[in-house]
Amino acid sequence: MRTHVRSALSLCALLLILTTATLALAQDGSKVPDDLPVGSPDVAEMIEQDAAAGEGIDTGDNAWMLMSSALVLLMTAPGLAMFYSGLVRRKNVLSVMMQCMFLMGLMTVVWALWGYSLSFGGSDPYIGNADYLFMNNVQSYYDAQAGEIITPLEGTIPRYTHMLFQGMFFIITPALICGAFAERMKFSSMALFSVLWGTVVYCPLCHWVWDGGILFYGGESAIAGGALDFAGGTVVHISSGISALMCALLIGNRLGYGNDDMRPHNLTYTTLGAGLLWFGWFGFNAGSALSANGLAANAFAVTHFSAAAGAVAWAAMEWISHGKPSVLGCASGAVAGLVCITPAAGFVLPMPALAMGAIAGAVCYWAVIRLKHKLRYDDSLDAFGVHGIGGTLGAILTGVFATRHVFGEAAGKPIGLYEGGGISLLIGQIAAVGITILYSVVITFILLKLIDFTIGLRVSQESEIRGLDLAEHGEEGYIFN
Amino acid sequence: MKKVEAIIRHHKLEDVKDALNEMGVHGMTVSEVQGYGRQKGHTENYRGAEYSVDFVPKHKIEIICSDGNLQLVIDTILKSAQTGQIGDGKLFIYDVKQAIRIRTGEMGEDAV
Repeated sequence: MRTHVRSALSLCALLLILTTATLALAQDGSKVPDDLPVGSPDVAEMIEQDAAAGEGIDTGDNAWMLMSSALVLLMTAPGLAMFYSGLVRRKNVLSVMMQCMFLMGLMTVVWALWGYSLSFGGSDPYIGNADYLFMNNVQSYYDAQAGEIITPLEGTIPRYTHMLFQGMFFIITPALICGAFAERMKFSSMALFSVLWGTVVYCPLCHWVWDGGILFYGGESAIAGGALDFAGGTVVHISSGISALMCALLIGNRLGYGNDDMRPHNLTYTTLGAGLLWFGWFGFNAGSALSANGLAANAFAVTHFSAAAGAVAWAAMEWISHGKPSVLGCASGAVAGLVCITPAAGFVLPMPALAMGAIAGAVCYWAVIRLKHKLRYDDSLDAFGVHGIGGTLGAILTGVFATRHVFGEAAGKPIGLYEGGGISLLIGQIAAVGITILYSVVITFILLKLIDFTIGLRVSQESEIRGLDLAEHGEEGYIFN
Repeated sequence: MKKVEAIIRHHKLEDVKDALNEMGVHGMTVSEVQGYGRQKGHTENYRGAEYSVDFVPKHKIEIICSDGNLQLVIDTILKSAQTGQIGDGKLFIYDVKQAIRIRTGEMGEDAV
């Protein structure tokens, strides 16, 4: 009975949100065309209107950005879903895939309703405003006075495209955190945590770094000059990696951690997932140029180089220390290289990118192989070890390797430490890393405690032993008849 | 009649089967099994966590043969399944009291 009441309340809440959104749209009367062609539309007029609506859009940029948006979505599922699900035990394979798939839905709804507005609305240094709530000022509208359809623009692309591209980052970031609490967190708690985390951690950070906030490089309100973060070193990887560590610490180790057999159940999934992540990352980083230009080409090249060096470095570390280079190590190294180059993709040249990838491969290897076991926290799928450590490394190394040859700063002054640009950028990068870590730790701690006191974080012991696939979803990943 | 039960390496199955066929011994039952002997499994390493895998996968073949054919079967299996490395497996020989072909009801060696 109680379950039914709870379900009914949840459904009501969802309907309420959707109704509010619909009403908000309906109230905006001026944007509803009152002379829409009815019956047999004047096709020529509509084509003319479409052409007029397209003025100011660079179709090349828009084509690349739409493609990039799709590539980034591909990273969450099947990319991350396969990468993570292969690493868990077979009784939990579906639970991890479900988290990725469900977050593609849930975070998109949040992004459409308020996430994009909180991230990219207005010019307040701390948080966005209500400009884009419910997709207002993002969606097209018919301007009666001008007699044409207006599509709001963001630079040379429709704001739709910008919203979609950024929305894909909003989806994958909490999905990354799932790697830390895999095999033991309640699905309902994961969903609630993701909505809250996305709203109060991701949106402000995104606004601070990318929309003129307190960490925006060279911005008026920037702390220590702000930070360069091309595609999400601080916004995506440090925030998710650090929050992941908090999750692992607060939810506790898996039952039998350190004693039971917790080997990855299917490394073929993991390897294919890593390949898909590598592929999708081209959209993630090269798309962050927001344009199909030389900067995007640079970002594409350095992304590929860093991933390559990361894969080789991690595998080489294993080869030296264990006598065999493992497939899992090679896949993990590639992801570490990709994470590390993310903040730097639009600021560094290919050779430093090779170095960054190699450093990331070696340092993340150390974090995952040595640090984790020494401190005995159960970051199940190494979300912190790869994203937290790799992201921090990338953000700091951006301050070292950023160069005027890629990033068009005024007067062509040197930027990074390596080319004689002084230490100021490095200080800005470190300050941004510190603020991101502090903010993520504090807010994630509060959110987790809040959820723990209300609906609880962790599944029952019985459910954990039985596996989350059956206990939480009533399904099995493998039925061989 | 005897039953020969052999635990052998996966990649030796085809060799054993072909060698027995050549000797005129037809029919065997094969199953996937796991176990360990002196070999004591092996260790695997996943991101720094070491797991000892006690049970090694092997094939088990079961052959029923006449008493006269027993030595031939044993020699053939030994020859074709041997690599000389640890983990080549073992042979067990049992007495079989009776055999019946279900289709025809034939009994004894006629049923083998």
